Amino acid sequence: MDVNKNSYTFIFATVMVVVVAAILSYASTSLKPFQDKNKELESKQNILKSIGVNVERDGAEEAFKKYIKEELVIKGGEQVMEPDVAALDINLAKEIKKEGSDRTLPLFVADKDGATCYIIPLRGKGLWGPVWGYLSLQSDANTIIGATFDHEGETPGLGAEISKGIFMDQFPGKKILKDGKFVSVEVRKGDASGDYQVDGISGGTITSVGVDDMLKDCIQNYIPYLKGRAIAKSSTPKEIEEKSIEPLDSTAVKVDSLTAAATIIE
Amino acid sequence: MSTEVKEVKKKEPLFSKKNKGLITDPLNDSNPITVQVLGICSALAITVQLKPAIVMSLSVLAVLSIGNVVISLLRNLIPSRIRIIVQLVVVASLVILVNEVLQAFAYDVSKELSVFVGLIITNCIIMGRFEAFALANSPWKSFLDGLGNSFGYAWILIAVAFVRELFGSGTLFGFPVIPDSWYIDNGGFYSNNGFFLFPPMALIVVGIIIWIQRNRNTKLIED
Repeated sequence: MDVNKNSYTFIFATVMVVVVAAILSYASTSLKPFQDKNKELESKQNILKSIGVNVERDGAEEAFKKYIKEELVIKGGEQVMEPDVAALDINLAKEIKKEGSDRTLPLFVADKDGATCYIIPLRGKGLWGPVWGYLSLQSDANTIIGATFDHEGETPGLGAEISKGIFMDQFPGKKILKDGKFVSVEVRKGDASGDYQVDGISGGTITSVGVDDMLKDCIQNYIPYLKGRAIAKSSTPKEIEEKSIEPLDSTAVKVDSLTAAATIIE
Repeated sequence: MSTEVKEVKKKEPLFSKKNKGLITDPLNDSNPITVQVLGICSALAITVQLKPAIVMSLSVLAVLSIGNVVISLLRNLIPSRIRIIVQLVVVASLVILVNEVLQAFAYDVSKELSVFVGLIITNCIIMGRFEAFALANSPWKSFLDGLGNSFGYAWILIAVAFVRELFGSGTLFGFPVIPDSWYIDNGGFYSNNGFFLFPPMALIVVGIIIWIQRNRNTKLIED
């Protein structure tokens, strides 16, 4: 058989493409459930990690049920009472393409050792692909408890460092509101000792800028809702006292939440 | 052609001297990185730390040896005009398969590899061995050739990663090996050399390895 005939070449190419396509699509569909399960457990794991609860992937399901008390859907600063989708199923990649007020956003409320924590999912752009993460706030909706970040394909050793402790550990204790106004946390080059700054990654500038944009873009849509909740809370001051978690400084937290509330009332 | 191959196979034991050479030559005399200067790009990109370097070596090992066998089995059927595309399809599908399986059953490893899985496709060693060896040799020999070249690739990668992680981050496999008290921050005399974390340093380290290798292996010295 002459393998260099035009017709043979054509047939070979066609058969090869069909066979390869069949193998790959079979592999893809049959492995999909396993992959999805892994991803779901991983996001639960990351949600918990942002409030400082570290669990193995196998135990994530159970721990998630234990800590997460509310799974809310927020749209235009208000809670959607009867949402079409569950908070966990919202496709953030699609939502962040919309205008801020049109977004349907998930918010998780956790109860850790009697203190309320708000967990905000984040999603933005890195250098090579999407970056995402979770940021948790104390009940004052201002002080950060913790943050986790992850990425699809950032350069290991450079941009990928955002998912390492050295970067994420900077977040606890930082703040997002200045005099009641949303200022976000800046990912910057150089000194980052302030309350509203963290140190970026050397050699990972574009990823760092991506994280910076993501924090601004994602958190601000929650601010109206969170402030509303803070007011509701501060009208019953006793509750705040019981509920706020105090790793750092309890008076500061209380004052902040009251200032936040006061600014709104103004 | 195929009958000839069978005869040769019958005469030749599985691990004849020649076949052993297929594994040992790429370690030194015909090393894919230091002698053939293939696969340099991934050698620069992922040698910042040891762990990804090892995982990358293993993935290349799997893809190269399986791919070599597949190409070798098909070698009499592949039309020569589209052989490069056929090779590309074989590498790409193997890489996608490996990635899918990792994501389903070894999620952590798959996270560790991230972009490198895709980089395997562009590794010149793989296409180079398909084209230069597997298209002209029997499956068993091609398999050995695949193993040999992956080992040759792996030891250079691991050597470079060892040097870079040690001097660049002061760790090995992520564990600190330089005593804390040595660091200037803690009143010592030592600080990590950040230059080792950048790709140019990998090139310099590979260059030094080539230099040492040529010094010791006279076969490689050109007039």
